[in-house]
Amino acid sequence: MSASSAFSDEKGGSSGEPEYGHDPASGGIFSSDYKRHDDLKEMLDSNKDSLKLEAMKRIVAMIARGKNASDLFPAVVKNVACKNIEVKKLVYVYLVRYAEEQQDLALLSISTFQRGLKDPNQLIRASALRVLSSIRVTIIVPIMMLAIKEAASDMSPYVRKTAAHAIPKLHSLDPEQKDQLIEVIEKLLADKTTLVAGSVVMAFEEVCPDRIDLIHKNYRKLCNLLIDVEEWGQVVIINMLTRYARTQFLNPNVNESLLEESGERAFYASDDDEEDEDKKAEEAALPKRKPYVMDPDHRLLLRNTKPLLQSRNAAVVMAVAQLYFHLAPKAEVGVIAKALVRLMRSHSEVQYVVLQNVATMSIKRRGMFEPYLKSFYIRSTDPTQIKILKLEVLTNLANETNISTILREFQTYIKSMDKDFVAASIQAIGRCATNIGEVRDTCLNGLVQLLSNRDELVVAESVVVIKKLLQMQPEQHSDIIKHMAKLIDNIQVPMARASILWLIGEYCEHVPKISPDVLRKMAKSFTNEEDIVKLQIINLAAKLYLTNSKQTKLLTQYVLNLAKYDQNYDIRDRARFIRQLIVPTDKSGALSKYAKKLFLALKPAPVLESPFKDRDHFQLGSLSHLLNAKAGGYQELPDWPESAPDPSVRNVEIPDWSKCTSRKDRKEKKVEKPFYSDSDGESGPTESADSESDSGSRSESASASDESASGSESEESGEETESEEEDEEEEKKKKKRPDKTKAKKPVEESAESEQSSGAEDRKRGRKVVKNQKSASESESESESSESEEEESEEESGEESESDTDIRKKKTPVSKQPPKQSKKESKKETQEMSLLDLDDFEPTTATAPVTPVNFMSSSLVSDLEGLSLTDSILAPTTIAPSGSIKMYELLHRIKGEGLAVEYCFSRQPFSPDPNMVAVQIQFTNNTNSETKNLHIEEPKLQSGMRVREFSEIEVLAAGDSVTVVMGIDFCDSTQAANFQLCTHTRKFFVTIQPPVGELMTPAFLTENDFKKEQGKLMGMNEISEKLSLGEKCVNEHIIVERVTATANLSRVPCGSDKECRFAGKTVSSGCLVLVTVATKEGVGAQLTVNCEKMVIGTMLVKDILQALSQ
Amino acid sequence: MIHSLFLINNGGDLFLEKHWKSVISRSVCDYFFEAREKAVEPDNVPPVIRTPHHYLINIYREKIFFVSVIQTEVPPLFVIEFLHRIAETFQDYFGECSETIIKDNVVIVYELLEEMLDNGFPLATESNILKELIRPPTILRSMVNTITGSSNVGETLPTGQLSTIPWRRAGVKYTNNEAYFDVVEEIDAILDKSGTTVFAEIQGVIDACVKMSGMPDLTLSFMNPRLLDDVSFHPCVRYKRWESERVISFIPPDGNFQLMSYHISAQNLVAIPVYVKQNISFFETGSSGRLDITVGPKQTMGKTVECLVVTVHMPKVVLSANLNATQGTYNYDPVTKILLWDIGKLNPQKLPNLKGSLSLQSGAPKPEENPSLNIDLKIQQLAISGLKVNRLDMYGEKYKPFKGVKYVTKAGKFQVRT
Repeated sequence: MSASSAFSDEKGGSSGEPEYGHDPASGGIFSSDYKRHDDLKEMLDSNKDSLKLEAMKRIVAMIARGKNASDLFPAVVKNVACKNIEVKKLVYVYLVRYAEEQQDLALLSISTFQRGLKDPNQLIRASALRVLSSIRVTIIVPIMMLAIKEAASDMSPYVRKTAAHAIPKLHSLDPEQKDQLIEVIEKLLADKTTLVAGSVVMAFEEVCPDRIDLIHKNYRKLCNLLIDVEEWGQVVIINMLTRYARTQFLNPNVNESLLEESGERAFYASDDDEEDEDKKAEEAALPKRKPYVMDPDHRLLLRNTKPLLQSRNAAVVMAVAQLYFHLAPKAEVGVIAKALVRLMRSHSEVQYVVLQNVATMSIKRRGMFEPYLKSFYIRSTDPTQIKILKLEVLTNLANETNISTILREFQTYIKSMDKDFVAASIQAIGRCATNIGEVRDTCLNGLVQLLSNRDELVVAESVVVIKKLLQMQPEQHSDIIKHMAKLIDNIQVPMARASILWLIGEYCEHVPKISPDVLRKMAKSFTNEEDIVKLQIINLAAKLYLTNSKQTKLLTQYVLNLAKYDQNYDIRDRARFIRQLIVPTDKSGALSKYAKKLFLALKPAPVLESPFKDRDHFQLGSLSHLLNAKAGGYQELPDWPESAPDPSVRNVEIPDWSKCTSRKDRKEKKVEKPFYSDSDGESGPTESADSESDSGSRSESASASDESASGSESEESGEETESEEEDEEEEKKKKKRPDKTKAKKPVEESAESEQSSGAEDRKRGRKVVKNQKSASESESESESSESEEEESEEESGEESESDTDIRKKKTPVSKQPPKQSKKESKKETQEMSLLDLDDFEPTTATAPVTPVNFMSSSLVSDLEGLSLTDSILAPTTIAPSGSIKMYELLHRIKGEGLAVEYCFSRQPFSPDPNMVAVQIQFTNNTNSETKNLHIEEPKLQSGMRVREFSEIEVLAAGDSVTVVMGIDFCDSTQAANFQLCTHTRKFFVTIQPPVGELMTPAFLTENDFKKEQGKLMGMNEISEKLSLGEKCVNEHIIVERVTATANLSRVPCGSDKECRFAGKTVSSGCLVLVTVATKEGVGAQLTVNCEKMVIGTMLVKDILQALSQ
Repeated sequence: MIHSLFLINNGGDLFLEKHWKSVISRSVCDYFFEAREKAVEPDNVPPVIRTPHHYLINIYREKIFFVSVIQTEVPPLFVIEFLHRIAETFQDYFGECSETIIKDNVVIVYELLEEMLDNGFPLATESNILKELIRPPTILRSMVNTITGSSNVGETLPTGQLSTIPWRRAGVKYTNNEAYFDVVEEIDAILDKSGTTVFAEIQGVIDACVKMSGMPDLTLSFMNPRLLDDVSFHPCVRYKRWESERVISFIPPDGNFQLMSYHISAQNLVAIPVYVKQNISFFETGSSGRLDITVGPKQTMGKTVECLVVTVHMPKVVLSANLNATQGTYNYDPVTKILLWDIGKLNPQKLPNLKGSLSLQSGAPKPEENPSLNIDLKIQQLAISGLKVNRLDMYGEKYKPFKGVKYVTKAGKFQVRT
């Protein structure tokens, strides 16, 4: 039997369709069935891959057309182990399609997949699992279970993703595995890769959507990963998180909605005293309510989903929109309108769904879409279903202010060729008229004019709408009723006729002359009317009998008699009922006395409502919402809880995902700074601030290191540990930090990805094992730089005094470099991650990472060995030499006891020769210690860079400490702005370099000098005459003045009337040549040659001032 | 999620089916055919159809209905967006997405569908990854394939899925490195009878064609980014940089892609490049009508308007048109009732005019309404909003790429009411 049915299937399937593969086998369609695929079988059995491939292609083409190819199963399944990857793929396609039907044979292939699961190539493992789990054969459930479990802990995220996909497959095959599968889901939920996140949440939604407890620990991770998950995963995660948030957080609009409610109650209060009391009680309760404070996790969700409104994927935008609609405070919901309006440009199917949702939203939050009113205007080319939805939205948006514009639009719509749309437009006008009292008369007049329209449908629709409108104020409109009475002769649409009859009956007292006549006409045509009209005729007759029995008694009798023998039982019923009621007989009971009251009672006007009202109890964007009925598997959107469940369940103790999160955190924070900070007033707490700078995170690592390391090594290890744990602590800390930390901006577009990944690496703060090699390397380099230094100092002479001091004060700074070099070595292996680029680290990301240290780590420990424990930081030992001018960075009063001064030490900044070394001295004038001094959020002009000093962990009361930081000013005198942070406060500070500090001495011979000067003529030469100040009596003083103003070195010179100086700009290494030629008396000539004219001009100005004093 | 997919052509033939879970009989499509019949126009088929056991979510594209079968709750947009993605993938692979093309490449289509969904949930939808898994057919390759007998399945296993940049594969190499950007703006407008603007806005997209070796990191900046009211990006674009600096920073996919789309809302003043003077009237008697349309330039920023086409959807009673065009050609299709006037280049000195009479079905009442005109036009080298690309910077690679930006303005849904 099965064979014959298969045959007929075949025939039925193929006869109707053209053939499109070259399928010789099916050419013999009328040959006996079992021979049909013989040639295909032969090809499959052959040794040639090309033949096999050809056969498989034909088979797949058959499957695609929906033809039955199941009889080839044995021949195909043999090829599952085929080496050719193309054949293999097609065999998989076949297997997945037919395995269910041929379970026994399918088992033959299982061992191949089991082998594939162990393959070293992750893609083969994944595809084996994928096919294995797609074969719907119950016997292999245990094998599948095992495979999924194994794959869930696979190294490759791709395989884990496949495992997540396999979970719902197994669940649908055998629901009894649920408990085990949930365990796997739980495990995969903890996964920290974006690849897995979407798939596992999908599995969660299919297998155990009610196990909300599994989400707690992963909630923050999911929020933070969200932006990097692929788009389909985003949709699923957002929908799930919406439901989650509804169970875990408080209603952000709780206070407002209460107010609303009580307001509404007040309106009805007069009806019911009890309710009034209720209301009072409620109002009394109201002030007691605590002011609403948003859970930081709630805020986190809102903030992290918001950028997704910009997604190109309509489903993602819709998902975010519904999340905001259901979860956001009223004031913030508005942001979604713009994105939704954008979707209206998309395909008509997308428009259809979006408009449905907009229609629902616009009822509850009309204000949101009002600015976009015009985007809902209708074009004649829109499909009808879109037109009608747009009309719905327009009607919902209508209010007193925009009604005139909307009505004008509606007027054009009425003229459309699309009759369904015209009918909908007329109804829309009716709804506007009932909702907005001011325009009721205008609308009514307009509709009455439509009664003379040639199109019957238009007229009929108008009649129906007019009827509804008239019910509101019938007295004033007897003319319209008369007019409509005349229409009854022409209009054939039953609904319209019924409406007119009802109107005349209801208001027969307003048209006493016409109504009996209408009844007469209708009595004549009664038998030919539609049921709905017949019922209204009976109604009309009854009403007229009651009011005007003299004229209509006989007519009524006649109509009732006709109705008595009508074919429709409703009409017969009605006739019998009405006769008993209105015609007084001796048998008739008490009711007939009240007949008039019954029939002519004042009826409340109908309320014209949007069909989209109250649809929002379905989760927006869902299938159920669209259908306005619960679809299978729909998860109700829970109501907000009365009181929030314990928020601590979302805390994660073991931050094994810290790497990911911290990265995300940073990224997030970066973005949002300028954008959200103003709007999100209360968002402070979760803000994951300032992990940005190394020094920022160091604050935490410090405490961590205290435990892990001790003794003389502590400083260093504190540096290196930058442990993973820090992130967790950090996060807690962040919460406490004030809001303003957010005012940071990402900088440095020039960052190269490589470098940033290096920076990334460093930020992640891996526990770096000391790298011997790089350490020694750096040592030697530092030595060489040291010797250079000495040379220079000898030459420049003046600073030699402070030489040793300076060296000592460098000690605290030298911590950073060794680490730097290690990072460098690791950098290459680091995977390049695109989005990481976003968190450029302002200081290091752009710096060419040169592993130059100015002091080796061994030297550090040596110095520490000298037991200079704290005294190394003592101000006396590090006071800069007198000739260096100190500038104030932070005044003691402004800094609340913390005074900060800086000077330009004129030392080469070894970690980066292109930076100007700035020596900063902190003095703690308070009575308590200041902790965690570090720099944050540099705001720099483009190209400028900063290398921060390493964080000062503790500054005891009364102590001071000096550190060195490097700034690349890009050879400009633009200020570097940044924040100076202590553990409690942040101060905005600015360092602006005098032009003279932007250079380093250069050593030239006289000849070189002249040669270089020759090259820098013309525009590059600036000379100025000056008269020397009183004290500039001799050459020595001139030299002193010039070198004090600018960091230049003297160039030997034969003439004693000239002093020459040379230097290079720090950043770009341009030569700066200065010549001071003295003349008789006080006259002198100053010449500056420099390629950078700005520098030259500024330098001239400065030196002039110095010399003329 | 998505159980099955059926492809059905305009004539109601079901020519491809694919199941990702258990097989669902194609008889489920009967509900679709029912709805299709009821809707008259293919546009009006409801995207979501409810049947006793399933839900059918369908899209209509390139004269093909993509009908997917759903069994449980799923966001409808999710499915719709995915179906469109399928259609786009076909287009990307075969150059067009038509019934014949799909039938000709049925094996590749099937393989694509297999890769794009796993158990009804999207797996790989990025064109770059798919192209690594399954190579698109080219003439050369199909020739080689017929000779050697190999097929289009990728020999090497893809790496894209595993990298952190799913939209770009590693190891891209070009001898000429080039990046071209097309700024295409469409004017959506409704003008009323008198020519005043009822509503106008600009929808723009930036299409990119980037063929560069390695992993270039590009930054595109605008002269006037504040102009953009609302934007949406390809996933490669970093939202944060846009929000903080208003620059578009991205590692591009290889080849053609849409970088971003933007919207300049009605609040801004939108320049309307042409005006239309029209007079279409039908006479009460004699079953005829008159038509007179003149198009002229309005705010064209000194550029020429090209490819000007006027389309009129005539009322059903119009049988034929006897017109005279001073420029271009006109065509009236009595079946679809569409009058199409292809003008071409707009000459400001001699304004194109279309004039003549329309004959109506005799005895039928004169049409109530006048048909509205749809205008199509193109202006080269102009972004009507005034948007200008400032510069394109590249980081991460050493070579110097060719860079180019092109601007085009088109009419989008540009309608003149009469």
